[in-house]
Amino acid sequence: MATQSAKPKWTELAVGTAITVPGSARQNRTGDWRSSRPIWNHEECIRCGVCVIFCPEGCIHFDQDQPGYPSADLEYCKGCGICAHECPTACITTQEEEE
Amino acid sequence: MEQRLGLEASIAIAEVVCRCDVDIVAAYPITPQTHVVEHLSELVADGELDAAFVPVESEHSAMSVCCGTAAVGARTFTSTAAQGLALMHEILFIASALRLPIVMAVANRSLSGPISIWNDHSDVMTERDVGWVQIFAENAQEAADLTIWSFRLAEDRRVSLPVMVNFDGFILTHTIEPMLMPDKEMVQAFLPPWEPLLKLDVDEPISMGPVGIPDIYTETKQVQQHLLTQAYGPIVETLNEFAQHFKRTYKPIETYRSDDAEVLLCTMGALSETAMEVVDRRRKQGQKVGLVRIRLWRPFPFEDLYRAVGNVPVLGVMDRAISFGGPVGPVASEIKAAFYHREQRPKIVEFIAGLGGRDVPLSDFGRMFDSLYTTGETGKIPAPTIIGLRE
Repeated sequence: MATQSAKPKWTELAVGTAITVPGSARQNRTGDWRSSRPIWNHEECIRCGVCVIFCPEGCIHFDQDQPGYPSADLEYCKGCGICAHECPTACITTQEEEE
Repeated sequence: MEQRLGLEASIAIAEVVCRCDVDIVAAYPITPQTHVVEHLSELVADGELDAAFVPVESEHSAMSVCCGTAAVGARTFTSTAAQGLALMHEILFIASALRLPIVMAVANRSLSGPISIWNDHSDVMTERDVGWVQIFAENAQEAADLTIWSFRLAEDRRVSLPVMVNFDGFILTHTIEPMLMPDKEMVQAFLPPWEPLLKLDVDEPISMGPVGIPDIYTETKQVQQHLLTQAYGPIVETLNEFAQHFKRTYKPIETYRSDDAEVLLCTMGALSETAMEVVDRRRKQGQKVGLVRIRLWRPFPFEDLYRAVGNVPVLGVMDRAISFGGPVGPVASEIKAAFYHREQRPKIVEFIAGLGGRDVPLSDFGRMFDSLYTTGETGKIPAPTIIGLRE
């Protein structure tokens, strides 16, 4: 998609609808169609990092929300639930998005 | 300088492509296009054409390679026919949407089944809506000339779209005709080096062909509709420049003895030349018949058509393909649509002829003109007629 403005007129599109600005993928917050989000229970989490490794989006990192614990970057998390499925202590639950 | 030679349209096209100094030819051989790519392959192997010849494994790959090479700014040529064109189908849309000025010669052949290697227009009619400029040649000279012109138009920065040169299989591809072959200097004086609007370049990275989400797709289609329609201006302009340079004139719609005609027949492609012979014979007999020959098929030259048809009361349209279960003749249906909102419009009679290489002799054109006079006298428009059908 063109990146010049959010909703360009047809006369404003780049030639061939090309992306002419490198790195424009960063402007796309692809997590907005997520239907559920992962929640970590810190009492059961052993901080093994399995969820970080298995996340297909690479959006789970340590130290985002709380020092020492993993959490998902919700701007990119699709809510697939793989982290919850793989967690060895089953400390991750998925919570349905309200909107 | 030009040399008078006897050449097949296929060899003539390959020779002018060589003189256009293309960088890439990616093609898969298919009858009746074969001689075009065979000869280009020889020219590359013999060192006469400094280009990469990519012997791909299918036409889908041929057009995909062409998109890639045009995207990096390489002058790109390919050629195909029938099933090969059909196999390219999905990539044809991408070439036009990405504004890639590929030139392709289509040796028009009927689509299977049953398997037919012979000539009609069912292959190109199936590809009407791919967003390419589409033009038809009537003889070897035109096939060569329009190929040279196609590079000039395609690379015009106001256009930057792919162009399809249609030339009838066997009737042109395999027939040796006298023609004037311009030399390289003459061609290159008409065809300056291409300066792409946009190209893939590691030093200035861009992405071509990304996803078009619902918020953007509609606008991209309007761009294509606008560009192809607006290409009409540069088409006429560059055809005029071609005429000044090479002394051979081409128009979006050609006519033949149409000025005072009582009935007109609309044709497209090589059979127009047979039709002209019949017009001459009928004129000698006192019948005022004439021709309207469609050269430019996309963008469709509506105003030229209106001017060419004028106030003639009966217009026949000869189609070389059938739109099954629909309006029968694809060209006729477009011409009918073009006249629908006009107050002055002719009675339009549909003919289907020359399917799958069936000969269309002089007598068949005679029958078409007779039918047009009958419509003029009775006022009754007959159902679409398949000429030469055994029943």
